[in-house]
Amino acid sequence: MTAQTTQARDLAVVIGLEVHVQLETATKLFCGCSTDTADSEPNTHTCPTCLGLPGALPVVNEAAVEAAVKVGKALDADIPEETRFHRKNYYYPDLPKNFQVTQYDEPICQDGSLEVAVADERRTIGIERAHLEEDPGSLKHEGGAIDRAEYTMVDYNRAGMPLMEIVTDPDFRSPTEVRAFLEKLEEVLEYLGVFDAERDGSLRIDANLSVVDAEEVAEDGTIPTDVLADANRTEVKNISSHKGAAKALSYEETRQKNAVRRGRAVEQETRHWDESRGITVSMRSKEEEKDYRYFAEADLPPMRVSGWKEEIAIPELPDARRERFREEYDLSAEEASKLTSTKQVADFYEALTDEFDAGFAASWVVDRLLGELNYRDRSVGSVDRAAFVRLLELVDSDDITVKNAEEVVLRAMLDDGSDPDAVVEAEGLGKTSGDAVEEAVEEAIADNPDAVEDYHDGEGGALNFLVGQVMQSTGGSAEPGAVNELLREKLDS
Amino acid sequence: MGDSEYNAFVTETTIEGADDGPLAGKTVAVKDNISTEGVRTTCGSAMLADYVPPYDATVVQRLKEAGATIVGKANMDEFGMGSTTETSAYGPTENPAAPGRVPGGSSGGSAAAVAGGLADLALGTDTGGSIRNPAAFCGVVGIKPTYGLVSRYGLVAYANSLEQVGPLAPTVEEAAALLDVVAGPDDHDATTRQEGADADYAAAADGDVEGMTVGVPTELVEGADEGVRETFEAALDDLRAQGVETVEVSLPSVETAVQAYYVIAMSEASSNLARYDGVRYGVSGGYEGDWNESFAEGREEGFGEEVKRRVLLGTYALSAGYHDKYYAKAQDARAWIQQDFDEAFAEADVLASPTMPVPPFEMGESLDDPLQLYLSDANTVPVNLANLPAISVPAGETDGLPVGMQFVGPAFGEHAIVRAASALE
Ligand SMILES: [Zn+2]
Repeated sequence: MTAQTTQARDLAVVIGLEVHVQLETATKLFCGCSTDTADSEPNTHTCPTCLGLPGALPVVNEAAVEAAVKVGKALDADIPEETRFHRKNYYYPDLPKNFQVTQYDEPICQDGSLEVAVADERRTIGIERAHLEEDPGSLKHEGGAIDRAEYTMVDYNRAGMPLMEIVTDPDFRSPTEVRAFLEKLEEVLEYLGVFDAERDGSLRIDANLSVVDAEEVAEDGTIPTDVLADANRTEVKNISSHKGAAKALSYEETRQKNAVRRGRAVEQETRHWDESRGITVSMRSKEEEKDYRYFAEADLPPMRVSGWKEEIAIPELPDARRERFREEYDLSAEEASKLTSTKQVADFYEALTDEFDAGFAASWVVDRLLGELNYRDRSVGSVDRAAFVRLLELVDSDDITVKNAEEVVLRAMLDDGSDPDAVVEAEGLGKTSGDAVEEAVEEAIADNPDAVEDYHDGEGGALNFLVGQVMQSTGGSAEPGAVNELLREKLDS
Repeated sequence: MGDSEYNAFVTETTIEGADDGPLAGKTVAVKDNISTEGVRTTCGSAMLADYVPPYDATVVQRLKEAGATIVGKANMDEFGMGSTTETSAYGPTENPAAPGRVPGGSSGGSAAAVAGGLADLALGTDTGGSIRNPAAFCGVVGIKPTYGLVSRYGLVAYANSLEQVGPLAPTVEEAAALLDVVAGPDDHDATTRQEGADADYAAAADGDVEGMTVGVPTELVEGADEGVRETFEAALDDLRAQGVETVEVSLPSVETAVQAYYVIAMSEASSNLARYDGVRYGVSGGYEGDWNESFAEGREEGFGEEVKRRVLLGTYALSAGYHDKYYAKAQDARAWIQQDFDEAFAEADVLASPTMPVPPFEMGESLDDPLQLYLSDANTVPVNLANLPAISVPAGETDGLPVGMQFVGPAFGEHAIVRAASALE
């Protein structure tokens, strides 16, 4: 192929993912150690089993298997009659036993899919399999990067944390689709209550990317398997967020397309995403095909899980909840979509509908709260619920104006953690109530007998004088028209 | 080299149990691949010379609760890999019942401790005969329980799909009583089963074999030494005189058992022993080079010859391109052997054979010919492949050397083998 024709070629990108998700369980996958290691000293959440001490044995944490079944249901995957664990044998210093207990030919989930919205298009991404495995420990290199470190320390707190590896089909046609998928996946996992996005390292992504002739891609996005097999792909490792995934894969897409357009071959290799530099770098030039010598883990008998899919219930998922919100609360498509964007937001909103009109609450959450939060790069989890409820009460009972509620009170609540009533008080934002006006009116009548007399004598300026007195004593928060009316009423009776 | 009598112990110790219990006043030797909290557990290997477990194996906990006193960690072939106790990094153990001969293995220290009167009872482990073989060679009783009857939690793995902890004792009843103490389900071992949880094995040692059918697998008798065979036949006569009916049975697939056993055991060993990489366990450490080089040096230094041989062969058998030819085939053979046993138990209550086809070797005799040594496991390894229970009981002597008789039972049929064996005492 000449340089000219290569340049003229339209290239399409093909991406498949391996997503490692740390499942939220109270204890590790094969022992009773707590998974709540966030602020712990290294090697304090360990026992003979997760340290891989001689003689220690694994016992499956059924909560992790249940969580995996939930994920399987949400991904519309097949749950087999029986599932079992294998050993993946390789030497690495973070691996306590120098083998990892994982799943091989009988994974807990197979053949699923997840539908995502990309721009205005719905795309279905195939899930080849999803399996359970134990997390290795973590390494700390002292004195710089791995190749320059003086020595390395191992922390086994992470060893044995339950991981789920979700393997997609090579169904992505752009990094944007990858990002949309990962956002949707995270959302679904959060809805299931099996995942905590805030936890460090809870999501780790490896991606396979290759480029093919655009004309090989059919209308429906499918690509012949022999074309896929022939394309040299790179495996990009060390991606830890959906934002990172989009950046890393865009970089890699450009790199590969440029190579092909310049008539160079793409090397089949593993590349490392360097987040700080925003580039992928080749990891090992002579990366051999690894032989993990998988074989069945005899310490863990096969588990019969055929009945679990029916027995284990999963909560309403985002798509279903969005549709229900539209109908039940009479919301627009956009409102429903925004309100179900995360489980946190949806739960926050739905609780408000017990107390407030659903449309009123929706407009406050969608139009005001989410906007203010977005501006501050914060999540709804950081909002003081009781304070927000109080704010809506103040608006709902007409005690403050919508404008003041949003621009003064809400912002003060979010920025300074202020109490809404205190802000109203301090800023004098309260619409003065009828009683206070009435009191001020009666006071003005009692204190100014001369003006009252003048009024009865038909002197026009007397009423204006009395209105002025009332306005003064209410600090200007009373409505002049209403004061006028009330004064007349009292004086004429 | 240890200084204990017969070099039966790697470490002599005193671990006191509860004040009372079924084993109160009894001393027990515990094989050195069974974890004892605070007392080093070497597996007969230099690699673990300084390894002190921070926890007790479940069986050790049960010994303590039963009132036993643990008097020593018994010598063994390194990581259980051998059948003479000569591959121990702590020197060979002598056979108290046959001076100048090996005690068998790999639980040679446990058998010697009982035979030599250093302990009333002992725990051994049996991966392919490692309890029954030394029991036979030292003239004591040894039981390999059904896979899943006794917890393996704390047993340092050699081949985890095959091995069980089991008792050695001077008599069938004492061995069965020790089994009563250690048997039963354990939350820490997912392969333990509910079956046999409340059994009373000691009560089955009543010698009442009237009406029992004993199957004799021809394949397990024909290859035995003449002297061993004569002793075995005499023991069968003894049983028939007590009302036992003997029938010939056939286990055609056991001819593949030794090969299948070694492929599976070595494959599992290559994985189980991978953790000994010189970082947390090992001899000197501080090696030069990258991780792989450092791991390799640590393993070169810490493991003995036989362990290296088995780890290398096991790694090979699991490798891409060889997995199907070796590991997968061995698993098939394992299934056929299980099926053969099932068929045999349709005709007999228990099966009987010589435990070992030969009398105890002279010390040093077998070390140069590993293959010949592997073949002497022909009668014991099929039992592990089939997950079944078996007992070795003294059947007499040939040329003044002990001969053991093996009874094999159906899964969780420990009562039957205990009863049959007790009839020979
Ligand atoms: Zn643990």
